[in-house]
Amino acid sequence: MPTVGWILGSTLAASRHKGVGFEVQMEGTLRLRALSLRIHRRLRLFLRDPANVLGLVIVVLAVTTAIAAPLLAPHDPTDVSLQDRLLPPGRDFPLGTDHLGRDELSRLLYGARTTLRTAGVVLAVVFAIAFMVGTLSGYYGGWLDTLLMGLVDLLLAFPGLILAVAIAGTLGPSLMNVMIAMAAVWWAGYARLVRGMVLAIRNREFVEAARAIGASDGRIMVSHIWRNILGPVVVLATLDMGWIILGISGLNFLGLGAQPPTPEWGAMLNDGRPFLQTEPQMMLYPGAAIFLVVLGFNLLGDGLRDLLDPTTYPR
Amino acid sequence: MRAYVARRLLILPALLFGISIISFALLNFAPGDPAEIILRRQNPEEPPLPEAVRALRQQLGLDAPLPLRYGRWLFDVLKGDLGESYRSGTPIMSELVKRFPATMMLATAALALSVVVSIPLGIIAALWRGSLLDSLSRLLALLGAAVPSYVLALLLMLFVAVKLNWLPAIGYGSPKNLILPAIALAAGSSAQVMRLTRASMLEVLQQDYMRTARSKGLNERTVIMVHGLKNGLLPVVTMLGINLGHLLGGTVIVETIFGWPGVGRYAVESILQRDYPVVQGFVLYMAFIFLLANLAVDFAYRWLDPRLHFGRQPA
Repeated sequence: MPTVGWILGSTLAASRHKGVGFEVQMEGTLRLRALSLRIHRRLRLFLRDPANVLGLVIVVLAVTTAIAAPLLAPHDPTDVSLQDRLLPPGRDFPLGTDHLGRDELSRLLYGARTTLRTAGVVLAVVFAIAFMVGTLSGYYGGWLDTLLMGLVDLLLAFPGLILAVAIAGTLGPSLMNVMIAMAAVWWAGYARLVRGMVLAIRNREFVEAARAIGASDGRIMVSHIWRNILGPVVVLATLDMGWIILGISGLNFLGLGAQPPTPEWGAMLNDGRPFLQTEPQMMLYPGAAIFLVVLGFNLLGDGLRDLLDPTTYPR
Repeated sequence: MRAYVARRLLILPALLFGISIISFALLNFAPGDPAEIILRRQNPEEPPLPEAVRALRQQLGLDAPLPLRYGRWLFDVLKGDLGESYRSGTPIMSELVKRFPATMMLATAALALSVVVSIPLGIIAALWRGSLLDSLSRLLALLGAAVPSYVLALLLMLFVAVKLNWLPAIGYGSPKNLILPAIALAAGSSAQVMRLTRASMLEVLQQDYMRTARSKGLNERTVIMVHGLKNGLLPVVTMLGINLGHLLGGTVIVETIFGWPGVGRYAVESILQRDYPVVQGFVLYMAFIFLLANLAVDFAYRWLDPRLHFGRQPA
């Protein structure tokens, strides 16, 4: 994803030359200190709500699991051993084995890796597209705005999951195509959001000041506009992580994504379907995993949204 | 109002045009040569002769330039002809029309369920803010938003149908068959509708006009029912339109699990069999339905909110 790198790179570059004069820098420091105090206070309030803490714990655990899966998993998640099929939980296999004798626990742990990585990539791509389209549309306006927002309206006119299913299905079943389908459908809403934010600040004094001292359009967009909207948009999108995970595992459940033997929660659920009556745990484990992670992201997201909303914690 | 309706109706052809382009592109990106696929289906024993493929390509008009092919295809679509299934050779339109009532029934039942359950719950939660009932309904909303429809569907199947034997697990025809799929489909959107109803009611309850209504001596019942509900439920109407998209998308998964004979299951079966024309027809059909439904919801919203009737049109 060269685009994501480009955004990160340009944001970093922008933060490097920000100070204009000493006074400005002084004032900036003071303001920063006040801001950090405010954030600190809010963070304390944020952590006082057990729901937020629960969400944070679940998300941190899930991410840790995903990263450390090779260290945590007792077996290779793709090791087929037919004489060990459908074993109950025991010493060798803490959660038992599936219909091909693969260790359930290892598959769940590696599944976290697959699911979170897929969702992360989708989120990053959605971001990159939404930022470009939204900024160009909001900043330049005119025919470009009409064209781009027309495309956004068009994509939003489709029922999202149906278009995603059709794209993934047409491109052929693979995890990559699930990512493409999800990103192709999801960016539109965020592009609209970014455009709205750009419209709200494009005529503010600091943008005019930058223009007055001769900054180029690109410079204004990246270092003045993006820096002001990046935070809120990142938070808003992160709190939709739960939805993205639900969508991805839904496509995988339908058999449009990860192909055997790749461990993925939605695909594992699908594997468990024929054994619903006799081996319900094959479906319960991955089901519980998806549920918990989505719950964690939703709880965390709600908390973060409140944190950003100035009316939540009145002084 | 009239200007608004006219404007929306004017955009409609543009959106339909865009939808048709995307649907057409979908089939064009599908891997494989349709002529070859059709010949292989007719005679799976031996690979088709190159001359036969060429002849069929010509007969199907596949060798014409892209814009011409799009024009011909669009002309057929406007006549109600979505082409024929690779698999069965039957006209796709008639297959979709035959299956759509089942899908519509399921989506309507789910929508009705989520309205009947979540709107009263949201109102009560807002009126009795901080009560046990409020906490309980919020918990329910959290759980409902995090549980994937396919997990809920399988759980309902396992416990309500298989273990308790209260309702049939699969099948179609009697109202009993409708209950489990409708619950599985409704859970996610119910959670959202409930949260929105609660939030919207809480906001309305703080408005000045509520205080005015009280201070002029209306009893609490009238204040809540007339002034509160009328205003508090407006955003919920818009939400229902968006939700219809989620529900239509969700039918793809829920129908597949419960063996429901709707268009969603037909589409998934066709995807897994690489029957791309069906997938294309399905997307076009569903997008059209969704567009009309949203238009209806929008007009209903305008009609319900008298603030939008007079003079100024909000941008």
